[in-house]
Formats: sequence, C-alpha cells, structure tokens
Amino acid sequence: MAIRAVLGSYLKGLQVTIVELAQVVKPKRLGGGAATVQYPHEKEAPPIRARGVIALREENCTVCMLCVRSCPDWCIYIEGHKELAPPRRAGGAPRKVNALDRFDIDFALCMYCGICVEVCPFDALFWSPEYEYSEPRIADLLHDVDRLGEWMETVPEAPALEVGADKKGKK
Amino acid sequence: MSLLAVSIPYWGQSLLRVLGGTVAILLPAGTIVYLFLFKMMSFMQSRLGPMDAGPYGSLQLVAEVGKWMQKEDLAPNGADKRIFRMAPLVVLVSTFLLVVVVPFGPDAYFTNFDGGVFYMLAVSSVSTLGILVAGWSSANKYSLLGGLRAAGQLIAYELPMVLAVVGVVIQAGTMNLQQIVWRQNSDHAAMFGWTGLGNPYLFTQIIGFVVFMIAVQAELTQVPFDMPIAESELVSGYMTEYSGFRFLIFFIAEFATVGVFTMIASVLFLGGWGVPFAWFGWKTTGPGLFDGVANWMNIAGPIILFVKMTVLSFLAMWVRFSYPRLREDQLQRFAWKVLIPVSLLNIMATAILKVVF
Repeated sequence: MAIRAVLGSYLKGLQVTIVELAQVVKPKRLGGGAATVQYPHEKEAPPIRARGVIALREENCTVCMLCVRSCPDWCIYIEGHKELAPPRRAGGAPRKVNALDRFDIDFALCMYCGICVEVCPFDALFWSPEYEYSEPRIADLLHDVDRLGEWMETVPEAPALEVGADKKGKK
Repeated sequence: MSLLAVSIPYWGQSLLRVLGGTVAILLPAGTIVYLFLFKMMSFMQSRLGPMDAGPYGSLQLVAEVGKWMQKEDLAPNGADKRIFRMAPLVVLVSTFLLVVVVPFGPDAYFTNFDGGVFYMLAVSSVSTLGILVAGWSSANKYSLLGGLRAAGQLIAYELPMVLAVVGVVIQAGTMNLQQIVWRQNSDHAAMFGWTGLGNPYLFTQIIGFVVFMIAVQAELTQVPFDMPIAESELVSGYMTEYSGFRFLIFFIAEFATVGVFTMIASVLFLGGWGVPFAWFGWKTTGPGLFDGVANWMNIAGPIILFVKMTVLSFLAMWVRFSYPRLREDQLQRFAWKVLIPVSLLNIMATAILKVVF
C-alpha cells in the first residue's frame, strides 16, 4: 500500500471527527448542534409508524387467539367465553359470539416484533408511536384491556393507499 | 526554597509539595476526563455528553467518583488477593513518581536534578509492573492476556520513547529538565539569531516529537494502541476483575498519566513552563539559572504548562477518538520497523548537526 494513501486515510479520519466536533459546537441558529435530543427536557417526535406500544380496539377482537399463539415470547394473555347474541334476522337461531374477559399484554416481555399486529385478521391490534409508559414496578407493565384501549387514541391514521391499490377487507 | 520571595520552613515546603503533587495529578486528570473524555468525545460523536450534573455536566466527574466509592471492593476467589489489591496503587505511584520530575516554574519544582530525563524514562515503566501484576493476580484468562499484551506493548514502545528523547537530550546537552526549559526559552536561545520564539525543540526535533507522542499514546494504552484493554475482545483486559475504588484508581492513574506525559512532552518540546525570556527582557547568567526571571513566573509557569499540556492532550485525545484499534502484530511491527529506525535516524541527524553547528 502506498504510504501516501495510508497517511491520507489517517488524516481523513482526523478530519471526520473534527468536522463533527465543529458541527456540534456551532450555535443552533447557524444550523449546528448535536444529532441527539436531551430527552427528559425536550422530546423527540417519533415517526408515526414507530413501534411504541400496542393498542387494542376491543370491539374488533373475536378471541381467535391468533395473536397469543403467534407471539414469540408469550406475552399476550387472552381469556374469553361464548355468549348467545340475538339473531341477525327475526326468527333465526341466536348467534354464538366470543366475548372477551381478559386481554393483557405484558410489555415487560414484549419484544416489539409486531407479529400480533400483523397476524390479527380483524384489525383489533395497532401500533402506536407512544413510548412513555415506563413504570417503577415491573408488574405494572402488564397493560389490561382498558389500558390497551386508551392507547387507541394515539394510533395515527393509516397512510393513504397508493393510487390504483385495491382496498383490502370487506367490500 | 524561596517561593515568591517568602522563605518557607521545611515542614511547610514538604506540605506544599505533597499538596502540589496531588493537585498536579488530579487537576490534569480531571480536566482531561471532563474536557476531552466527556465532552470532546461526545461532540465528535454528535451528542452532547453529560449535561445534567452541574452546568454543562461539569460535576459529572464528582458523581462518577461518588458512584465508584460506593461500590463493593470485590476480589475473585482464585485471585492472589494481596497482589490484586496492591496493583492499582503501583500504577498510581508510578504516576506520582513521574510528576515529581516535572518543573513548573523557576522555583516551583518538586525536584531538580541532573538525571531528570533518565529518571523519568525509568519510572514510567513502573506502571507496566503494576499492570502485569494486576493481570496475573486476577485469576482470569482475559486479564492475563491483557496484562501480557500490556507488557509486550509497553516494552516495544518504551524504546522509541527513549530514543525520541535522546534527540532532545543531545540538542540540549543536558538531562536536567529545568535546564532543558532554560535552553529553549532563555535569552541565549535563538533560531538563526531570531529570539522571538526562543528555540522550542518542536521545530528542530519534530520527528522526535511525533515519535514521542505516538510512543506516549501506546504507553498509555490509548486507542489506536489499546489492545491491552480492548473492551470488545478482552473485556477491558487487566481491569476486568476490578471494581469500586480500585477501578477508580486505575482510571485516575490512566488519565493522570496522560496529563503527566503531555506535561513532560511540553517540557521537552514546547518549552515547558517558560515563555521566551526575550519577550520580557529577562537576562539570565548561565545554563539552568533563572536569576533574571520575574518571581510571578512561579504562578504563571504552572498555568502556561497547563495550557500546553491541554493542547497536547487534545491532540492525543483527538487521535484516540478518531481511530480504530490496531492489530497486535501491526502494533509490534509499527514499533520495531518504523518508529525505532526513524528515531535512530533522528538521533544520528541530531548528533551530526550538533557537531557541525
């Protein structure tokens, strides 16, 4: 290797770090500053598709257990029972529906893989970009139906479909 | 010793020396850790570093020290406990032994003797013993590997360091660090008859300076020569088993040694505590005599030396934060095949030029 190339690459290394230093030291109004955010004092807006927390729309859930079975670390707990609902048409047989008794996600175990959100056939689970739900006690990271339902407010609107794309779901 | 024309009794001098030595160790270490390790490294990685402890995180070091002091002083079961506990102190003691020889002003010095450079080179390798012993007594194979790497590396880089300093010694004609300062700054020092800058050996011994700084970098096991404490392959090498205040002592010793070595480098190459005496019209009567120098240099001298130290340690830390780690064989090859021949050539050239002029 040519000695000049070696020396050049060493100088290049020094240049990279000093340029970065100058960029951070430069005042904010001149476009300087660090790439990081001083978290508790100022907050970063996460991208809308960030995987912050999983929200549950309770009325969409049919207790099909697909999310429970697909969860790699078994952090979703669902209990339900069958109920008789009024028939759809007058004179018909009463319908059997699944009612949700318990839907818990243990965020202490969750690894945010999103398989449950992907696998849910009835659009009951959503990603929300919220991330501030740490707790002093680890047991409090188990979010129940109500807590998971509250996250629904923070779920962003689904991005618009591309032109020409078919809308999935029921026609 | 009469400092600022005040005569101090012997016990006062001793107390002053002990206090001064502690300050001379802790102040550079604290400055380097805060200014460079906390802040400059963060900036170079496009982040701000500690911001909450004190204004701009300036008290972060206090918090860190408090944290380390609270931790349990652990020793592994199989460790040679007495040696294990002693090792960090050996490393720290070598730093204290080093600072003893650094002159800070015309009268502000701990010792002033003719073998200064020789002594400095001798005691700087004491820390190798501490590191080797720490690695051996930890009863941990990673620590042992780190200790052995440290030994091999420090031996390999001690040599170019000695050879780089020899150039300065030849040019100055003395091993006394005070006289080396005098040679660079006095009214007799001149570059081609121009006394405006004195005669800092940075210009004439630029090769020696570069070799010395590289060797210092390796001696201090700083990146890119940090194989002994390579955290990703050796889990911090000889420091793996240390916790609490013994780790803190290693840490302080590391950065205090950076400070002391850069102080020595500024004495050898940048004129140490002095400014060119011609600036103030000071006249001295002979080599190593500072009779014409104003008394306030005893206060200004340490500050000037501190500034020069900061500049040099900025260079060292800049390199540290920029480069990836070398491989063990690259390190040895670089020392034996590049640095040592270059510094030998430098000695030859210096000797020839010294005789010619």
